[in-house]
Amino acid sequence: MAKEKKKTSQVVKYNKWGYIFLIPFIVVYLIFQLIPLFTTIYNSFFENYMSGLKQVGPNWIGLTNYITIFKNGDVPKYFSNTMIMWIAGFIPQIVLSLLLAAWFADTRLKIKASGFFKTVIYMPNLIMASAFAMLFFTLFARTGPINSMLIQMGVLSEPYEFITFTGSTRTLVAFMNCLMWFGNTTILLMAGMMGIDNALFEAAQVDGATSTQVFFKVTLPLLRPILLFVMITSLIGGLQMFDVPQVLTNGDKTALREITTMIMYLNNHLYSKNYGMAGALSVFLFIITGILSIIVYKFSTSESNE
Amino acid sequence: MKKKLLSSLLSVAMVSALLVGCGNTATAPAAEAPAAEAPADEAEAPAADTAEAAAPAADEGTVLNIQAWNEEFKSRITDHYPGYEEVDATHGKIGDVDVVWTITPSEGNAYQNNLDEVLPANADAAPEDKVDIFLVEADYALKYVNADVTLPLADLGITDADLADQYEYTKSVVTDADGKLKGASWQACSAGLIYNREAAKDVLGTDDPAEVQKAVADWDKYVETAKAAQAKGYKMCSVNDTFRTYSNNVSGKWVQDGAIVVDANIKKWVDDSKALVDAKAETTDDLWGDDWAKGKTADGKIFCYFGPAWFFNFCLDVDDEKTIAHAGGWGFCEGPQGYFWGGTWICAAAGTDNPNLVKDIILTMTTDKAVLKEIAVADSDCVNSKSVLADLASSEDGNIALLGGQNPYAQLAAGAEKIDLSNLSDYDQGCNESFQQTMKTYFMGQATYEEALEAFYKSVEEKYPELTH
Repeated sequence: MAKEKKKTSQVVKYNKWGYIFLIPFIVVYLIFQLIPLFTTIYNSFFENYMSGLKQVGPNWIGLTNYITIFKNGDVPKYFSNTMIMWIAGFIPQIVLSLLLAAWFADTRLKIKASGFFKTVIYMPNLIMASAFAMLFFTLFARTGPINSMLIQMGVLSEPYEFITFTGSTRTLVAFMNCLMWFGNTTILLMAGMMGIDNALFEAAQVDGATSTQVFFKVTLPLLRPILLFVMITSLIGGLQMFDVPQVLTNGDKTALREITTMIMYLNNHLYSKNYGMAGALSVFLFIITGILSIIVYKFSTSESNE
Repeated sequence: MKKKLLSSLLSVAMVSALLVGCGNTATAPAAEAPAAEAPADEAEAPAADTAEAAAPAADEGTVLNIQAWNEEFKSRITDHYPGYEEVDATHGKIGDVDVVWTITPSEGNAYQNNLDEVLPANADAAPEDKVDIFLVEADYALKYVNADVTLPLADLGITDADLADQYEYTKSVVTDADGKLKGASWQACSAGLIYNREAAKDVLGTDDPAEVQKAVADWDKYVETAKAAQAKGYKMCSVNDTFRTYSNNVSGKWVQDGAIVVDANIKKWVDDSKALVDAKAETTDDLWGDDWAKGKTADGKIFCYFGPAWFFNFCLDVDDEKTIAHAGGWGFCEGPQGYFWGGTWICAAAGTDNPNLVKDIILTMTTDKAVLKEIAVADSDCVNSKSVLADLASSEDGNIALLGGQNPYAQLAAGAEKIDLSNLSDYDQGCNESFQQTMKTYFMGQATYEEALEAFYKSVEEKYPELTH
């Protein structure tokens, strides 16, 4: 009895260390995440910006900031810009990743040096997004190498302004996002595929299923939770798309603003330190991201309950 | 027990590491101070004869903080200020005073954001952190001049008589609403048209500045010449090159009674540029970009750039063997309309603890004729002194190699007399930037003028939420 008592007290003691080791995280989280989160929400109800060296506000204006960003058409427009570029990048990305993951996970194919290829496809993700965007900016400039190559090959008669036209710029942004993230998605999907019981594949083969049938009838349905996870995390990342289009278009200062994403719009408000408008926009993004996260959470928990 | 000791040690280490960041930063420079003093003692002897120039009074601060957006002023001080010794890329010494350079690029408004942060708090800052000198450009000079973060030059003991030789416009840029002068510049940035001599011979049959000037004497002739250049396979320049020539000759300010106003001359820029872009005679390249910079070499097939004297030395890459400048292949003429571009003004920050040194720097760099002439000869800068420019215009010293030996100072001096800056406003930088950016979409044919104008208003109102249109 006495021995047992000693044991529990020791557990309590060790618990204490657990809390102590958590302190740094909690402190950093409080100062750099939680408090800014609440002040952002608070700030979104004020008119508060700098005009030159003079500060205007803070004046309480209720929901005016929210009404402004929706009524002048800014948020719907930049939201759809963001979504178009995300979808254009995500579809080829998921197709490519599924294909690669299926090949890598397939034990019958026995791909040689798969470790090497897995590293290589992950590589683009290691480059800083802004450096990657800068590279594409230089490549596709009016007097850049791509244009001079196309002219020498006789495809174009005069330089094409890739980074001024909406279609070509959006395509470039989508292509870069796809290139940067398909490796990451492949790794995730492959992990999902390796988790599927090999007996199922063997049974399908014994029944005479072709590899296409195996992929669509066995692999895909069992991969659904991972696919949903990949999609939602990519969507949240996509909503926050900033560095690639920002650097590629130098902040998209054209009249059309068809490359401007939500966060680039947020960035525009930093010029006048417009805390109110920027706050309202952040809160809007927070709500959308929050809803998406709840969907993932619900889906993954209900899956495990079944 | 041992385990417990170890874990408590670890957690203490972790928590203290966390708190280190919150420590008092003032202790850090103190620790560095002895190290910095040691070489100072050795430097004492040569510094003694410059002490008269630097003349730091006993009660002056030991650190002179200078805020700038590029290396230009620093290289002028390093090369021409008597008694300045360079320590490393961001530090120097004038006598006993440490000079600390804080260089923040203008890109994305970063330089002004930094000033907005430090200047209002300058009076309460620690002595070694107090900003003493900051530099401004004409585009946003009024923002700082009209605020009380800038010290009137009269408070430093600089009189109007000291600055009598300077051009009037360089003073009006930094004169506040009450008529107090709050800065000075060593440059007079009257600008003109810098043309490619080879291209001029090809298109106009001559590269003589007077003849070329006749071909671009007003905007109608300029448009004709541009079309002729296009026929010979040249582009005239970028629409953004000509913008300032139009925008300097407006009849009203960008912002009038809180509303954004597009002046008739700005509208003329839009119309002329659109016609020339459609005729493929001008490009829409952004200034400073790679595409724009290609014109500095003969392969770029660019007829001209628009620029002031600092453009010669600072932008034409004379050291690169492939450039036109290296071969001395540029010429200079006044161009269609007189205008000015850029220039750096030296302002004293309110709250400075080195007023005497600041005064001496301003006087030496902007009024000392020997120094100004040195700057002009060494850096082909157009200096802010009527007598030095007159001197240069009539002497061999004013011949500039990259202009093929041409002496542009007579034209530059004449241009500087004519500059009228009564239409500057606090919002110029944001408006100029946004207007050029949004109109590019119109020039490229992707939006109508009305759409581009709407986008311009939207962009300016994002930058300055208090404005309307």
